[in-house]
Amino acid sequence: MTVTEVPTSAGGNPIGFGRMLRKEDARFLRGQGKYIDDLDMPGMLHGAILRSPVAHALIKSIDTSAAEAHPKVKAVITGAVLETLGLAWVPTLSYDTAAVLATDKVRFQGQEVAFVIAEDKYSARDALELIEVDYEILQPVIDAKKALDPGAPVIRTDKEGKTDNHIFDWEAGDEAKCDAAFAKADVIVKQDMLYPRTHPSPMETCGSVAYMDKVTGQLTVWCTSQAPHAHRTVYALVAGLPEHKIRIITQDIGGGFGNKVGIYSGYVLSIVGSIVTGKPVKWMEDRSEHLMSTAFARDYHMHGEIAATKDGKILGVRVNVLADHGCFNGTAQPTKFPAGFFHIFTGSYDYEAAHCKVTGVYTNKAPGGVAYACSFRITEAVYLVERLVDCLAMEMKLDPAELRLKNLLREEQFPYTTPTGWEYDSGNYAPALREAMRIAGYDELRAEQAGRRERRAAGDTSEPMMGIGISFFTEGVGAGPRKHMDILGLGMADGAELRVHPTGKAQLRLSCITQGQGHQTTFAQIVAQELGIPPEDVEVIQGDTDNTPFGLGTYGSRSTPVSGGAAAIVARRVRDKARIVAAAALECSPDDLEWELGRWQVKGDPEKGKTIQEIAMLSHSSLELPDGVEGHLDGQCVYNPPNLTYPFGAYICVTDVDPGTGEVKVRRFIAVDDCGPRINPMIVEGQVHGGLADGVGMALMQVIAFDEDGNNLGGSFMDYLLPTSMECPSWELGETITPSPHHPLGVKGVGESATVGSPPAVVNSVLDAIQVRHADMPLTPAQVWRALQGNPFRTDMAIT
Amino acid sequence: MEVTINVNGEDVTRDVEPRLLLIHFIRDHLQLTGSHWGCDTTNCGVCVVWMDGEPVKSCTVLTAMADGRKIRTVEDLEQGGVLSPIQQGFMNQHGLQCGFCTPAMLMTGQALLDRNPDPSNEQIREAICGTICRCTGYENIVRAIRWAAEHANDNADANEGASV
Repeated sequence: MTVTEVPTSAGGNPIGFGRMLRKEDARFLRGQGKYIDDLDMPGMLHGAILRSPVAHALIKSIDTSAAEAHPKVKAVITGAVLETLGLAWVPTLSYDTAAVLATDKVRFQGQEVAFVIAEDKYSARDALELIEVDYEILQPVIDAKKALDPGAPVIRTDKEGKTDNHIFDWEAGDEAKCDAAFAKADVIVKQDMLYPRTHPSPMETCGSVAYMDKVTGQLTVWCTSQAPHAHRTVYALVAGLPEHKIRIITQDIGGGFGNKVGIYSGYVLSIVGSIVTGKPVKWMEDRSEHLMSTAFARDYHMHGEIAATKDGKILGVRVNVLADHGCFNGTAQPTKFPAGFFHIFTGSYDYEAAHCKVTGVYTNKAPGGVAYACSFRITEAVYLVERLVDCLAMEMKLDPAELRLKNLLREEQFPYTTPTGWEYDSGNYAPALREAMRIAGYDELRAEQAGRRERRAAGDTSEPMMGIGISFFTEGVGAGPRKHMDILGLGMADGAELRVHPTGKAQLRLSCITQGQGHQTTFAQIVAQELGIPPEDVEVIQGDTDNTPFGLGTYGSRSTPVSGGAAAIVARRVRDKARIVAAAALECSPDDLEWELGRWQVKGDPEKGKTIQEIAMLSHSSLELPDGVEGHLDGQCVYNPPNLTYPFGAYICVTDVDPGTGEVKVRRFIAVDDCGPRINPMIVEGQVHGGLADGVGMALMQVIAFDEDGNNLGGSFMDYLLPTSMECPSWELGETITPSPHHPLGVKGVGESATVGSPPAVVNSVLDAIQVRHADMPLTPAQVWRALQGNPFRTDMAIT
Repeated sequence: MEVTINVNGEDVTRDVEPRLLLIHFIRDHLQLTGSHWGCDTTNCGVCVVWMDGEPVKSCTVLTAMADGRKIRTVEDLEQGGVLSPIQQGFMNQHGLQCGFCTPAMLMTGQALLDRNPDPSNEQIREAICGTICRCTGYENIVRAIRWAAEHANDNADANEGASV
């Protein structure tokens, strides 16, 4: 659908899909956004967390007396205090447990040890330095590959009978069938690769303000949560607080990217702090705390194998993964899938068979794993298969674009069931790749590259080496169908409520929560399209559990696929109700009416009709309605998606690499995305832009590594490098449109596509430039230079 | 210690701790919460404000250092209820998503335009590289500042775009 087909409101906006400027911008542009640290309340106290300086140590003693004697300190909370409340350990979203404050020992550098509450934030920090902790240092487990060694120190000594660092084994696919496919292959390529630990690092760190009103028993928690309703239920389950007296409020969030899904110690401590002091307590972490303790992403050590015939037909793929989950298994993903959606690793190709095994281990690192726009580990899966395909192309001396075109799933194969059990809803892959190649000028680029290589071979080293990297990805988003997907037993369906007020202005209440994605605009456009109410007359209400229906929140690119489905369906229900009201007013049968955007009118007599605004007033009036039809114009629904949606895309990255310094310059990046119809193309493109920058960051700069003592080597922005405007090229976007057959609007979601799809394109490009089969991300100058010397290093450890 | 600082055109006098960071003074003492705090190491740049007309990272300026100087923040960009061209540019070109870096980007972009009314895309990229944005991939921020350069002298009302 294009903008020109959509009528325009009096305010100049499309009544439906099309480019529309964002409603939320008005406050942000004036500095009037309301983020958590902007919240101030009378009598509010400030908390600060004392953190462990070491990765693994017994706590022999904690002396808080000097801190408590500080004139501005109101309370000091330790793990021992929490133990008396039964809150020292809490369940994680993966049915493990995690320490709110360490009691027996610390298990990662940066772990929470004590919480000081003071009159102001400077005093709270001052008092941290007055706390004496006596640690007895233990040997840490840092290298995930040694976590299961016999004799490795046991991290989870809190678990009775635990004698190793093993968390889970999980597999998918048909191993025997896969072995058979490999047995008949002409070519098998094997490659070890690491998707290193990285951190989402939204520009706003995490924080909360909690207030327990002791008179009413009402607990209100303002916090940086991507899942307010899930948080409320978890607090009720964990702390035994009555759920009807817990209110979670999420105001503006300064970026989330999956980092703000889980419940952090700081949130719990601000609640406990308010209970202890009777005052509102704010906790606001700093950047180092954020980088060292909140949800990281990836950390997958993968061994992949791909099998093909001699003419380049791929037969199968298999993979073994060692998954480093840190010291608590706190990943946030549908419960049935301990490796998330990693088993979508077959990607976009047609195979006979596939198989994967994943083993999860504990290490003395911060907990996490599923965060950072990864669609529950589809990031890792896409990286694996797209690297393997490029390794195969290099081995067989085939053009990587040709190899992909030969093996991509064909349009007629959809809906397609993968060898590991996913049912891709719709796709038309080859045209997307051809479109990316057209925009890139693929043949010309290869000719330019050949020229450079010839000149370099002839001894002219004045030009950088040039690389062309391709990736093709299939995403799976919109978790999800509740019979397959729940988190801690909470099914992943989303509610929606729509009220049309008497004057025809509407309020849509949703469980998801925007963190910059533009929900207040996009969802107003959905209502506009379904109900004909101008989008400027639709207010989208989110982020307050007292005023929105239940749902699981915004992550995994699920807002448009799930809450978007709910919004469309509730608007259609209201439209159906409006038809009955209009029929009563027009004294005809509802069957005699037809819908024309924003208006029910008599078939064959379109002059006779009622606009949705007129119907809104009538529905609240004294108009007599048929038996069984209640007044007012509102509705609600819960949308349980029948399947995931499967967006896809083709990306091409062009890099220039200086072999002398190892420096990589991203010259061009072409991204063709197919996310179905685009509700607001401007917002979709913005989502893609941001994800592409993530891809450049992960491929070239970002990593959270550790030294052998467990010191976090990415604990500040001095060391953890994020892309700036200088590392990012001017993105070149394209699109194809393949609607989802099962989504009410045909839309598929796009929030994470570019983050999932872009890292392999960058890596493939750099390795194509330097003609090295593999080196692990991030491809920093040091890593590229070392790869050119045939000696790439492990990026998860200190460089040796 | 007592400081007197001109903030957005008005002199304010306060008694502050010598160690108080300027960003905390602006946010916590003056309740001007448009400027943000994002790191401790002068890397992220979401705290950019103007000091005597020059963009500075206010997490690395002590309030005491601003005594007797002029500070300008994002709250001062809108004049007479009308968004300035750079604010309009960010809206028109979708130069913001979560909004957290936006005030710093606006102040940095405006400082650039004040000394170079017609910057190239490369000059814009260089100017804003001290502030990190995790949402936009920078492309639309560059376009937004270009838009502001091209519409600097337009009638403001005509640029407001659709009402939202």
